[in-house]
Amino acid sequence: MNEPKLDHSHSSAKYISYVIGFVLSIATTLLAYLSVVYETLPKETLLYVVVVIAIIQLVVQLVFFLHLGRGSRWKVISLLFALLIIVIVVVGSLWIMYNLDYNMMNMTPDQMTQYMKENEGI
Amino acid sequence: MTRAEEQVATHEKKTLGLWIYLMTDSVLFAALFATFAVLRTATAGGPGGPELFDLPFVLIETIILLTSSFTIGMALLGSVRGYKKQTFVWLFITFVLGVTFLSMELYEFMVLIGEGYGPQQSAFLSSYFTLVATHGVHIAIGLIWMAVVIVRLWRHNFKKTDVNRLALLGLFWHFLDIIWIFIFSFVYLIGGMA
Repeated sequence: MNEPKLDHSHSSAKYISYVIGFVLSIATTLLAYLSVVYETLPKETLLYVVVVIAIIQLVVQLVFFLHLGRGSRWKVISLLFALLIIVIVVVGSLWIMYNLDYNMMNMTPDQMTQYMKENEGI
Repeated sequence: MTRAEEQVATHEKKTLGLWIYLMTDSVLFAALFATFAVLRTATAGGPGGPELFDLPFVLIETIILLTSSFTIGMALLGSVRGYKKQTFVWLFITFVLGVTFLSMELYEFMVLIGEGYGPQQSAFLSSYFTLVATHGVHIAIGLIWMAVVIVRLWRHNFKKTDVNRLALLGLFWHFLDIIWIFIFSFVYLIGGMA
């Protein structure tokens, strides 16, 4: 059998990297799950906790599973650009829709239609 | 540059194309996440996330997918060393875990639709089904891809091109895992808060 012999250097280091990544991602998932299910904190705080844990998990996966930074700079650059677009899309949508909701909160659907016809700029 | 660094550089060049595709794919998911976040409360008088989501079930799904991400990593390391058997066994475990995950997701959809909460019921459910099912379709395509790699490994000799193919598949699978973590956190945990 012609088996390829490629990279034998740092072999145990890579195994450890995957094991650490796996343990960390399971631990953070359970942490987020348990803090939500047992309502350890007030709802507003809990929301931020879950968001922060999700971002930690993203970093854990990028570092320990995808080994980002241990190679091409273009991957990091394209990732940062994608993150910029994602932030614009998500934050922008929430911001605009929240404002729209806030400004139209006290109207019935008919009043809303009327208001939108009168102020076509919005 | 040392030989190891050179190998990493060549490997990076071969995976950059798929990487850029994954970045554009993450923008697609960002749009779906934004839609869900905006329409989260638009339940049209029907039940919302806290009533519909079965969190323990979703936690098991999440752990299965996280484990499959780990096992494909083991398969990848095996392939880099040229251990055909290790690669094959870990890849097969990953495939089984992936099929389990997809079946659980379909079962969840069937239960929701069976109870009368299909995607046509409210804007909230439409955005929920679109987001989660788009991820499910990616998983299904990943599984087909994995099946092709497994059959190739089984029937042919283990070549260097197989190692590259597996590296690309691993990248795709890890990406799907990351997307699922965000679905779990934002859709199920935050959307499921009472």
